[in-house]
Amino acid sequence: MAVKLTMYHVYLVARKDLTELFRNRLGLAMLIIMPIFMMGMVGFIFPSNQSLGKVTLAVANEDQAYGLQKGQVSTSGLLVTYLNRMDNFTITQVSSMDDVRGMIQRGEVEGGIVIPANFTASLAAGRQGTLIVVTDQSNPQMSALLQGAMTAIFHQIGASFAEQKIESLIPTIKNPLAVIQPLTVNTQGAVPGNFSYFEFMAPGIMAMNVMMSVMTGLPAAISHEREIGTLDGMMVAPINRLSIILGKTLAQTMRGLLQGTLILIMAVTLFGVTIQGSLPLIFGLLLLDVFSFVGIGIVITSFAKDQETATMMMMTIMFPMMFLSGVFFPVQQMPWYMQDVSKLIPLSYATTALRKVLVLGAGIPDISSEIAVLAAFGVVFTAIAIPLFKRNMTR
Amino acid sequence: MRMSEIQVNDIVKKFGDFTAVDHISFDVEEGEIFGLLGPNGAGKSTLIRMLATLSRPTSGTATIGGYDIVKEDSKVRTLIGLVSEKLIMYERLTAEENLRFFGKLYGVPEDQMKKSIVELLELVQMTRWKDVQVGTFSTGMRQRVNIIRALLNKPRVLFLDEPTLGLDPQTTVEIREFIRKINKENGMTVILTTHMMAEADMLCKHIGIVDHGKVAALDTSSNLKKLVSGGEGTVLEFVIPNLDSGILTTLKSLSCVTGVSQEDPTHIMVHAIGADAFDIIIDSVRAQNGKITSVSSREPTLEDVFLQITGHEVRDSATQKIAVRRRGFMGGGARSRVR
Repeated sequence: MAVKLTMYHVYLVARKDLTELFRNRLGLAMLIIMPIFMMGMVGFIFPSNQSLGKVTLAVANEDQAYGLQKGQVSTSGLLVTYLNRMDNFTITQVSSMDDVRGMIQRGEVEGGIVIPANFTASLAAGRQGTLIVVTDQSNPQMSALLQGAMTAIFHQIGASFAEQKIESLIPTIKNPLAVIQPLTVNTQGAVPGNFSYFEFMAPGIMAMNVMMSVMTGLPAAISHEREIGTLDGMMVAPINRLSIILGKTLAQTMRGLLQGTLILIMAVTLFGVTIQGSLPLIFGLLLLDVFSFVGIGIVITSFAKDQETATMMMMTIMFPMMFLSGVFFPVQQMPWYMQDVSKLIPLSYATTALRKVLVLGAGIPDISSEIAVLAAFGVVFTAIAIPLFKRNMTR
Repeated sequence: MRMSEIQVNDIVKKFGDFTAVDHISFDVEEGEIFGLLGPNGAGKSTLIRMLATLSRPTSGTATIGGYDIVKEDSKVRTLIGLVSEKLIMYERLTAEENLRFFGKLYGVPEDQMKKSIVELLELVQMTRWKDVQVGTFSTGMRQRVNIIRALLNKPRVLFLDEPTLGLDPQTTVEIREFIRKINKENGMTVILTTHMMAEADMLCKHIGIVDHGKVAALDTSSNLKKLVSGGEGTVLEFVIPNLDSGILTTLKSLSCVTGVSQEDPTHIMVHAIGADAFDIIIDSVRAQNGKITSVSSREPTLEDVFLQITGHEVRDSATQKIAVRRRGFMGGGARSRVR
């Protein structure tokens, strides 16, 4: 009976908070715009293969093609023609290495290729021909991409040269490529379809948004009401004071889930993410996500005297959580000590579990360990938070 | 003999080293309006918060309707209504939604709620605004709804912490009338805090003068005034056209003068003690070549009581005479002691 009454009070407080939220038009608009911005940002700013499309390159062919007959094209000449034909690059031909450097320094091109003077000579003498890729160190992301792309392209060109050579040496050969590259890699995901960076991001962004919503919303809501004085009105009513914080948590959770749903809809409709796992499980996980850290929010609420302090405390905790939980970068790519830190953050588990369900179509048994850890975090934090909250309410 | 609805026993509240409420004890009779009068920062609100179970006393105790405010706080909360200094109203909810929300928290049954809301809104003439969001209301309108919010659960004890603060004179009068009315009709015990002497004088049966966290005096309004007039205290109003700082300094240095306040360039109020104070003051004004065009002795008000009671303490603790209070006692005087 007492529980039922408390639940009713929780419902009253939550409904009141949501009514206020939905009447605040600007706030509501921001609530919807925020995840859209977030998704747009992570969806578009991270470099992908498509972003190489407009790369400008300076090419310096320093090769002196010794002994070249009339009508013959040098190997280096072939290379330049080949590069020119590729859609991904805008090629500017210059005469020397220094020109390439100069153009990169002036920001006229994003990278350069130099074919050294002895290129054809080396090949003719039966040695390896070396190509120099000049990168712009001030743009590491582009350097890495360029390096990768160039290596792949030259590898391919090299292979076709080798093919021709082998064919001329052994005319009977059926498949010269099998001689040059006996091994080849065929990448396949656990589930069919192309896996994009966005599919990696979407579950994390969802988990993070729900977390942010509750973590910033809860202390702000409580300390706001404390500041304007309305909290006293609820505190002086003959209700279990726990129902105030539970009601507020419920309202903030609904707010977070609304944002999470928006993100999911956008991910599916705009960014082509396919949901492999079950939808109820996704929402179940989001709720568990909230439960796992709501205790931290309550602890901060208990300590912070005003809204400003609460927000600052929240930000301090939230930022490391965002970056260490594997939302943006895979945890496996972090140094080992940071991986250990990441294990202390509930959001890491929520992100992993959501990712498994959303992308890999995992079921409850596959993510049981994450569920257990999240539940444990929730129980521990709540057990700490509730007595603290009750004590600090009547200072 | 009526029984005590509220008993406060040696209650103390400390915030760190600062003692906000310093060993206060008093009783409040059932059905009376009890006033706590004091400057800002005197500890009135802290006291109210403790009685309303919003803050725990550092030591001491109090009972409301026989229930201990700490041990039986949930029982106490069913008996009380609170109008605190800050409005307890959600701006984005309508007047009626606000009332309903709080009514439901108190478990007011639906049929009774409907009736109460209609009646109470009518009582404060807010019926036609019931479906309008509180955020669009004027301060006075908000306070009317705020007060009836505290009445929804028909509390036995109503706490009113500065209920007329920041309201225009007309609304202030209306709210006071309203307080008197609900007290009379429902026999509700009302605890009112105010820094306005006139308000306490008008409404309250008993008044406790609170200063520096202590109750400096507690009695009926008329008995408190007798402290001034029945004792040796007098209040003299002078009009001196050639008033200058020399006269003021001289007056302040007189041992029989407890306070001097200047109303305007020619008009001063002198609070004095002693049977021969009148002569001494007039002589010293003359000695400074002051031309007195008018002198009047007036009935002491609660302000005089306040000055008499707390003024000594200010002088004692600060070991100096009371400063000239340009805007009367409550203006400058109260503020000078705000911590």
